[in-house]
Amino acid sequence: MKPGLSAGMLAVLLAGFAFLYVPIGLLVLYSFNSSRLVTVWGGFSTRWYVELFGNEQLLISTLTSLEIALVSASLSVLLGTCAAYSLARTGAFAGRTVFSALVYAPLVMPEVITGLALLLLFVALGIERGFWTVVLAHSTVGMCFATVVIYARLAEFDVALEEAAMDLGATPAEAFRLVTLPICAPAIAAAFLLAFTLSLDDFVLASFTSGPGSTTLPMRIYSQVRLGVSPQINAISTLMISAVAMLLLAAHLLTGRSAQK
Amino acid sequence: MPAPLVQLAGVSKHYGDVRAVDSVTLELEPGEFFALLGPSGCGKTSLMRLVAGFETPDAGRILLDGQDMQGVPPYRRPVNMMFQSYALFPHMSVERNIAFGLAQQGMSKGDIATRVAEMLRLVKLEGYGARRPEQLSGGQKQRVALARALAPRPKLLLLDEPLAALDRKLREETQFELMQVQRDLGITFMLVTHDQDEAMGMAQRIALMRAGQIEQIGDARAIYERPRTLFAAEFIGEINLFEGEAVQIDGARFAIVQGGRRIALAEDDSPVTGSVLIAVRPERMVMSHLHAGSAAEFEGTITEMAWLGDLTIWRVRLDDGRLLRVSRSNADVANAVFTRGDRVFVGFDAHSVRVLPK
Repeated sequence: MKPGLSAGMLAVLLAGFAFLYVPIGLLVLYSFNSSRLVTVWGGFSTRWYVELFGNEQLLISTLTSLEIALVSASLSVLLGTCAAYSLARTGAFAGRTVFSALVYAPLVMPEVITGLALLLLFVALGIERGFWTVVLAHSTVGMCFATVVIYARLAEFDVALEEAAMDLGATPAEAFRLVTLPICAPAIAAAFLLAFTLSLDDFVLASFTSGPGSTTLPMRIYSQVRLGVSPQINAISTLMISAVAMLLLAAHLLTGRSAQK
Repeated sequence: MPAPLVQLAGVSKHYGDVRAVDSVTLELEPGEFFALLGPSGCGKTSLMRLVAGFETPDAGRILLDGQDMQGVPPYRRPVNMMFQSYALFPHMSVERNIAFGLAQQGMSKGDIATRVAEMLRLVKLEGYGARRPEQLSGGQKQRVALARALAPRPKLLLLDEPLAALDRKLREETQFELMQVQRDLGITFMLVTHDQDEAMGMAQRIALMRAGQIEQIGDARAIYERPRTLFAAEFIGEINLFEGEAVQIDGARFAIVQGGRRIALAEDDSPVTGSVLIAVRPERMVMSHLHAGSAAEFEGTITEMAWLGDLTIWRVRLDDGRLLRVSRSNADVANAVFTRGDRVFVGFDAHSVRVLPK
């Protein structure tokens, strides 16, 4: 029998959820506010959404963010798959411990430090900052998350499956393509969505590594908020929250499905 | 006599300091059902993986149908394997699992469909083609694995503990099915197992392995009745051991069993002399309430008995402290008279013994 939820526990639970989600709820709510003043409720309206789509700067930044997220997530998955495969399959190669530590380190490294380090590197190398420097920065972190997700799948993968494929006439490359990859596909997709979301959300790394013409959405929002909060920001934030929530849900469903098998 | 299908000549494989396979020389006839039997860690799995091509020997040669397999990768060997975990591809239907090897051979779609249907019929899984492996029972998975490995018509099928994951009832049934399939297709089977019942029940010849080497090779009966070493005698079946001395008197060989009784040894018995072990299977022991007049006889008390349906096992504690095991078929109702606490005479006759080096 399931233990029942006592009134006290329920209160704590609700307080916890309120702490987490009331601010976000208010933000979403005020995006439908017809008043120009962000703190005063003036009735329901979708005018800020309409105005938002007339705000070219915001739209360009959104597009930039999506492009960066797409490219960096693809790069993360590619590199993450390679790193995870090396960790899971190549046995105890020399430097494996160091390699795994190096792969996981950016996960716990403060973003400010990663961002600053990348900035110094780009400046030292004389690389002009812009779209690709942000992509590189996001891939650095995204790759590590991708490695963790894909490694988890590969670690529980029965090597006998690949051997069986080879035994039945598949070359190692064919065995990987016909057996390993399809079985790991859900984990790879989940890793992609995770990296995509991280890139879309990121503010710190982008501020260090972006240049003129590659302003991402979070950066645009931040700079506009400093000039005064426009309800348009609420609207774009609401859209972003929805997008991220959907991607995370999809990632969760995919990993759940792959774990079941 | 046909040329051997598989020839292993001085094959060795080391892992660090461990000699997993130690200069094994072995030949398999075409169409033979062969078993590698041994405890875990004896090298039987390594030997099988060497034949499949997943490992490379450090020394020696492996010939398959006369062809040297040196440098030939597993995907180019006419050998298929049935994995212990079955290793069915979870993202493919039963049909696509069975078709995998055929598609790799470049067979046409129509031929693949025909062969898959044929294999499904062979393993009695008609109508299961569209299912996923996760929707099958253990026994059904085992049969899909068999069908998948047999579909490309390999010259040699390797079976890695094929019955280990099945329950007892299913095991015997599957055992007979495997033998039937092997006879019908005429493909050489090499079974790898630690289970003596599996090896004895199915294989025409058994190679008993120990520490990377082949201890004894022969049919089940030869290894059971005529073990050459203590290891072979103890690994297969149960055995009672008596200390003794093998001597030669006037050209005839005798064994003097500890306690002074002298028994004549058969001509073909292992030609060891000096300090020996005299081995007697439990079902060959003579047991009676009175002096039976066996060649060697000891007095003791029945301390335990186990009635197992087809046979009964008694443990007899001799007066000098040794513990013996005696078994009898329950078909002979006369054996029902022996019970716990009885004082009995147990012994054996000269033709029942096997003399082993100590």
